Amino acid sequence: MDYILHLWTNLGTGMYGLFTGWGLPGWGAKLIIDFIIILLLVILGVLSVIVLTPMERKVIARMQDRPGPNRAWPYGLSQAFADAIKMLTKEMILPKRADRLIYTAAPILIVIPALMIYAVLPFSPVAAGAEVQFGAANLNIGVLYFVALGSVASIAILMAGWGSNNKFALLGAFRVVNQLIAYEVPMILSLLAVVVLTGTMATQRIVEVQSIPYLIVMPIAALTFLASAMAELNRSPFDLLEAESELVAGYQVEYGGMKFAMFYIAEYVNILSTSILFSTLFLGGYKLFGLERVAPVLAPFIVMGKAGFVFFFMLWTRGTFPRIRLDQLVGLAWKFLVPLTLVNLVLVALVVKLSANPWAQAGLVLLGNLITLAVAFLIMSLADRRLKSAAPAAMSEANPLTSAAER
Amino acid sequence: MTIQHVVFIILSAIALIGALGVVLNRRLFRSALFLVLSFVGVAGFYILLEVELLAMIQLLIYVGAIAILIIFAIMLSRQALAADDKVLNEQWVLGVLVAVLLLAALVYILVQVNWPVVEAAAPANSIQRLGESLVSPNEFVLPFEIASVLLLVALVGAVIIAREK
Amino acid sequence: MLSDYSFIGVFLVVAILFALVALGLAWLLSPRKPNPVKTSTYECGIETIGDTWVQFRAQYYIYALVFVVFDIEAVFLFPWAVAYGTKGVGLWALGEAVLFLAILTVGLVYAWRKGALRWM
Repeated sequence: MDYILHLWTNLGTGMYGLFTGWGLPGWGAKLIIDFIIILLLVILGVLSVIVLTPMERKVIARMQDRPGPNRAWPYGLSQAFADAIKMLTKEMILPKRADRLIYTAAPILIVIPALMIYAVLPFSPVAAGAEVQFGAANLNIGVLYFVALGSVASIAILMAGWGSNNKFALLGAFRVVNQLIAYEVPMILSLLAVVVLTGTMATQRIVEVQSIPYLIVMPIAALTFLASAMAELNRSPFDLLEAESELVAGYQVEYGGMKFAMFYIAEYVNILSTSILFSTLFLGGYKLFGLERVAPVLAPFIVMGKAGFVFFFMLWTRGTFPRIRLDQLVGLAWKFLVPLTLVNLVLVALVVKLSANPWAQAGLVLLGNLITLAVAFLIMSLADRRLKSAAPAAMSEANPLTSAAER
Repeated sequence: MTIQHVVFIILSAIALIGALGVVLNRRLFRSALFLVLSFVGVAGFYILLEVELLAMIQLLIYVGAIAILIIFAIMLSRQALAADDKVLNEQWVLGVLVAVLLLAALVYILVQVNWPVVEAAAPANSIQRLGESLVSPNEFVLPFEIASVLLLVALVGAVIIAREK
Repeated sequence: MLSDYSFIGVFLVVAILFALVALGLAWLLSPRKPNPVKTSTYECGIETIGDTWVQFRAQYYIYALVFVVFDIEAVFLFPWAVAYGTKGVGLWALGEAVLFLAILTVGLVYAWRKGALRWM
């Protein structure tokens, strides 16, 4: 029973003993076990596509009061396999005068950083003294690693837009990269607030230190991180550039078959890794009221459960809000989220130095966050009132019917 | 020939191929992409030197911001699509001569100088030490603040110049 | 610590192999019958007019410039944030960081007022 409770650690130690028993040196055994763990993580990434896509389509469909895909057995849940077979066997058309090297390299380069983020996601607590850890790779710079890999994807998108030799793909690529760089700054600033509160960038340590989930302690940081992450992932309501019902797929328009599937896979792999990262940083990761100390075998399932909740929240916002325009989108990032996260960062830093008791810190930061949110909404409502009263002509510009009637 | 030697050689090859690709390529966009490859190689060097913070900063800023800036600047000039420029110009003989002289001087220095070799590993809390040194009054707080002024100057200058278009 | 990066290195190799294997599998399984209509550039069903050149708006470049400055600012703050909680660093570290952020906030406000952040 105790063996099963610590199943992952025992499996790791068992495999290590097996490989060293065969005569491999210590580092060789570790290398093979690393390889197996990486294969599992890559399979997890691919599994994300297989599980998340039908789930998304069914849930969104139910929110929109329609059945969703229900032809693939059972009840449409194996839709992803049908999609996979379709994408594997479709012709990968090479548009004429496209730069062949860049056109082919772009889908490869967009999948690689998406998969590599899984290296820093902590799936299980660190077992003391075991040679093989199933937690995250113990990088001192976990959070920064995530941000850095997210920014590498922008290059791949520019390559896709350029390599397609298509005006609209190029324009779409510029706009997507514009959106990505606009939302990176609020994301980094909200992550900095977490790092200040924790004192380390290693994701494993951040989970260990979180006695209270940071969503409750600093809702501003959590919500801006979630909003920025949704904008980085091109999820609704920020998905103007891949709006399936409006623009034709933006920078992916000239891609067919498996190359298009690579973009699709990269998007869902990113969604899952961002959900897991959010649950790690703000929801307490693999912790569940101490259950992970009693039964560490359940830790990965706790993580996936929390990530599932975050994913459901993303679907919920997708089904609820309309898309926002590109200029509103970029203005939201630079003019609202950046000052908000800056204030939050200074607030958290102030509170950390004021007291050392984690409960007092949590309470003060929460109070400060609520005050900041109240002040922010006050400022916005005052500005809105001033805009409405000072320039009625400006208001009627927004409504084409009114301005036409006034003329 | 330890594993670190092998990794160093691979990373050097990546960085050098990237650098050569920048200058020898006929199409401007491909040069920018080879520059990104060179940046990634340098990030690998930083990891090998055990300053992972600089490696991630290299990826985040050079690849994620400056390379994008360079690509946007390429797009601003219409010459991006005037593909197949000449690789060499008229003064290439003089250029090669200067480059060979510089190479000779550098190789001479590299071989002659007794470089001090540090055998100790980087401390485990190097990021924390770096942070402490950035705010400590005896160390680097003044460059830290002046860096912010420098960034302000860059931002204001960029806004002024770009708005005049 | 360096050995942790062997994990990352192996991960990089496996990720590249995954992408190549997936594309290789598709290359084996997919038909290849190019014809002039299929390979022509997509432009909402009509023929393309003129070369592939778009009116690149300078606004993209301005956003990228502002982003570079704020990216570097955020990167300076990472070591500060890690060192901030320790005992040796007092409240004056907060003051220095607030000064740093304040100078750059002045820059942000300047860019905002000059309309550099407005998407025309």
